Amino acid sequence: MTKFALRGLLGRKLRTVLSAFAIVLGVATVSGTYVLTDSIDKAFGSIFTDSRRGSDAVISGKAAFDLAQGNGVTAPAFNESLLEKVRALPDVRVADGSVNGEAQLIGKDGKAIVYGGAPNLGFSIARGDSPFNPLTLVAGTWPQGKEVVIDKSTAGKEHFKIGQVIGVQTLGSVQQLRVSGIVKFGSVGTIGGATLAGFALPTAQQLFGKPGKLDEIAVASKSGVSSDQLLQQIRGILPADTQVRTGTGQAHQDSKETNSFISFLQKFLLGFGGVALFVGSFVIANSLSITIAQRTRELATLRTLGASRRQVLRSIIVEALVIGTLAAVIGLFAGLGLAKGLFSLFNAVGFTLPNNGLTFETRTVLVSLGVGIIVTLLASLRPAMRATRVPPIAAIREGAILPESRFARYRLPAAGLLAVLGFASLLWGLFAPSLGTTGVLVFMLGGALLVFIGIALLSVRLVPPLAGALGWPATKIGGTAGTLARENAQRNPQRTASTASALMIGLALVTLVSLLAAGIITSFKGSVNKIWKSADYAITAQNNFSPIPIAAANAVAKTPGVLAVGNVRVGETLAFGKRINTTAVNPASSQMFSLEWTQGSASVFRTLGADGAFVSKGYAKSHHLQIGSPVPLTFPSGVRKSFVLRGVFAPPTGGSPFGSVTISQAAFDRFVARPQNLYSFVLMKGGQSDANQAALDRTLNAFPNSKVATRQKFIDNQISGLSSVLNILYVLLALSVIVSLFGIVNTLVLTVFERTREIGMLRAIGMTRRQVRRMVRHESVITALIGAAIGIALGIVLASLLIVRVDFIVLSIPVGQLIIFGIAAIVVGIIAAIFPARRAARLNVLEALQYE
Amino acid sequence: MSDTVAAPAQMAATAVADEAPAAGPVVSATDLTRRYGEGDTAVDALRGVSLDVPKGQLTAVMGPSGSGKSTLMHILAGLDKPTTGEVTIAGEALSKLNDSDLTKLRRRHIGFIFQFFNLLPMLTAEENILLPLSIAGEKPDRKWVDDLMDRIGLADRRNHRPSELSGGQQQRVAIGRALISRPTIVFADEPTGNLDSKTSGEILDLMNRSVRELEQTIVMVTHEARAAAIADRVLFLADGLIVRESRDISAQEIVVAMDELGGS
Repeated sequence: MTKFALRGLLGRKLRTVLSAFAIVLGVATVSGTYVLTDSIDKAFGSIFTDSRRGSDAVISGKAAFDLAQGNGVTAPAFNESLLEKVRALPDVRVADGSVNGEAQLIGKDGKAIVYGGAPNLGFSIARGDSPFNPLTLVAGTWPQGKEVVIDKSTAGKEHFKIGQVIGVQTLGSVQQLRVSGIVKFGSVGTIGGATLAGFALPTAQQLFGKPGKLDEIAVASKSGVSSDQLLQQIRGILPADTQVRTGTGQAHQDSKETNSFISFLQKFLLGFGGVALFVGSFVIANSLSITIAQRTRELATLRTLGASRRQVLRSIIVEALVIGTLAAVIGLFAGLGLAKGLFSLFNAVGFTLPNNGLTFETRTVLVSLGVGIIVTLLASLRPAMRATRVPPIAAIREGAILPESRFARYRLPAAGLLAVLGFASLLWGLFAPSLGTTGVLVFMLGGALLVFIGIALLSVRLVPPLAGALGWPATKIGGTAGTLARENAQRNPQRTASTASALMIGLALVTLVSLLAAGIITSFKGSVNKIWKSADYAITAQNNFSPIPIAAANAVAKTPGVLAVGNVRVGETLAFGKRINTTAVNPASSQMFSLEWTQGSASVFRTLGADGAFVSKGYAKSHHLQIGSPVPLTFPSGVRKSFVLRGVFAPPTGGSPFGSVTISQAAFDRFVARPQNLYSFVLMKGGQSDANQAALDRTLNAFPNSKVATRQKFIDNQISGLSSVLNILYVLLALSVIVSLFGIVNTLVLTVFERTREIGMLRAIGMTRRQVRRMVRHESVITALIGAAIGIALGIVLASLLIVRVDFIVLSIPVGQLIIFGIAAIVVGIIAAIFPARRAARLNVLEALQYE
Repeated sequence: MSDTVAAPAQMAATAVADEAPAAGPVVSATDLTRRYGEGDTAVDALRGVSLDVPKGQLTAVMGPSGSGKSTLMHILAGLDKPTTGEVTIAGEALSKLNDSDLTKLRRRHIGFIFQFFNLLPMLTAEENILLPLSIAGEKPDRKWVDDLMDRIGLADRRNHRPSELSGGQQQRVAIGRALISRPTIVFADEPTGNLDSKTSGEILDLMNRSVRELEQTIVMVTHEARAAAIADRVLFLADGLIVRESRDISAQEIVVAMDELGGS
């Protein structure tokens, strides 16, 4: 029997390949994700290990609480006098101090050099021959005084040569420094899109606003000294605002941020791989059941020859096993290509990832093969069970139909139950009061899975009316071919439903994403328009979200024509035991913002003084705050200060630029070293005008990583960031749509095959090849449109549920986009039909007529 | 009854000579041969067949299996191409037509009746009948449709689907489909081959009346003597040649003739 199953597969090569393809794509995504993230992980790993090479211990500054990572807030620097004390320790062989910070390099065109969202790393180099120096000189010399060394990749791309002058911006305006050397980071070719700028220590201390201070001291011990011994000795002299770790411990600490990023990226991409596999399982299940229906007579003949039900079951399972294994192996290797493609994709949308060659772990092989084979086997269960119900008598009878299972009449109620359970689980995940993040995810994902399966099963009932309605244009455009296409789509609702369901899943997710995005955009616009009072311009970072040094706003304030500059400073503090985003405003901000005050009034902006604070309504409620309540804050430096609540505002739906607690700029600057602005807003004499814009542009020439925007431009800029995220999501979801496209191709090929004689008759009585092609194409488009209709409707429902739960997004239906998705579905239908339609049109009339 | 046993070469002349002068042939074939395969394994299904089909007559083609009768019909209908020879339908030489022209010729001039009915299961009886017209993008003549529905006896079953009809009723629908466009010629391939004897009689009667009352030209391939007996003319094929032609021959005489040819 097994031999028979394998022979059968060989005999149906085309169908086998088409079914396998659906799984290949899913497995390729899984394997590609692992290869991609492992490669990034390894590249980062070697970066961090390299940078701590030679350090037995590293002393660093310690914040009063754990800072969130990746938002520009760093631990306070410590006094450099510690370095001499460390050097004096008996077991210390050598120790060097360093400072670091964000150093923006400026290109020859005066524009900031930015590769995607990659960081612009600036740091001091104590001595070129320091054992702690991870850089190697490619050319030139180590920097002295007003000199800088830059990385080879940046020098190459921006055509900088040794001896030339390059602009460097840190906290103040652009400094012109001489390029003394070109460097390379350890063994790594590229470290993502990051740029490197190395300075002599005094220069770096001045640039980063840390005179007389250090961020780190790297220590190497004398030989024969254990790291415990070294750490103990260092701890003996450490001041309270510092900490010490071993070199590897520090490397581990350094990699925390990127590790959490990589693990997020991995889960994120695996999610899409999972969707593709889920869709692929529909395709496999559907093509297996069609094949089995067509092989009824063959299976029945086997039964008359004495094959048991169990043997029939086994032969189908073996068939699935072979398809699954084949697909998984191909997918595994296709994943390598996909990983390369993803690197390029991220690069293209301005998000360069470090790449040090592709990494192929054993785990990748095991998971990819396992997932591919198991999904295929699960998908084959139902068709295999069906096959066992083929009675021997079907071998003799013309057009014997498979007997229904005992449970057939429960199928629709069961499908309904699944969908209801799914929605219940989704709602529970969304609204249940005290679920952890994992709980929420489990309930929501499980719920979504059940909803999709339930709706897919229920859609049998939706197919006839939907095909009738969506096929109406086909009957008008396609004439008889169109009419027949519509009839064909309604002929086997089960089959059309399964085929359409695969596309339904992809489109539901695409719709969900587009509704969420539209909701975010609409509510964001609404918020800006509501809050934005009378400012003429906003000053933001080039990337629209990074904090900018306050020197930029200070320079803007001195620009001719500027009446007022309202700043929003941003930082982190500890309040009521929790780390919170804290913002600060200056009195001039009162002219820039109009907020809805539930307690206090707009005058709060001007009367915050040294100890005033205002909070959002939600924050006030959860911490039971009222005007006059104390709000104690701890700053990263460890300073504690109690503020007094002076106002409570209700943020608009789309959010506000303000953190949980807002204090005065004066107070903020007193307690926070190197304060930064999130945004600044500018009021000018004469309002918005070309002259005013030009004046601001001139001022910001010295601050290339800042830019000026009008209100409209500000909104557009903020939204553009979302658009690139959205584009990545669409590209990844397109994968599952492609899988479902193969599902449609597969069904059509099988259907054409099944209707061979019928097509022969139609050709005989006068149907042209073109009409045959049109008939198949219209059926394909109708099937795709059914999937789109159900998918879009389901997507809207799911998005609405989410939006009801998430209070900063409003429901907004992007009608234009939904129409585009519909058109995309039509295109998918047309593409899917190309091959099957050609096959159908090429049938030899005579052979087709005699086909059994 | 006129009965001639003639050498194949004389056949065409004989057939033309038998023709009533008023009606010229609607289909004529000259020197058809059809070879399948090549070399040693080559099989000659037709070895030089010439014939004319006169208008308004029912011509039956009989012969034992393997005699080439199906091949002859397929070539006459333009579904298969002869190795040599030419077929002319309504004055058009088929060898000069490409696939698209052939399709259009079938639309205008040819109707088909199949052994297994070949109806579309999702269409109603009337929709199946109107299919050739709608494929050609033509409007049906209501009076003719009603008349035809009456003639095939399915006026009260117009909206039934094939699965709701008996075998005989399904074949009536197929006959209606073949007649709807008033084609120059209808080819019927074993039209009673899948029916019981009572139903077969009804179907043969319907075909007979189509010829008599509507002057429809029909060529029918069959191996049933009873079916061939309704024909104006019966052509007997054996080994790829027309070996005998008879007019107004009875079923019994046909059985005898077939026995002489070696089986039915």
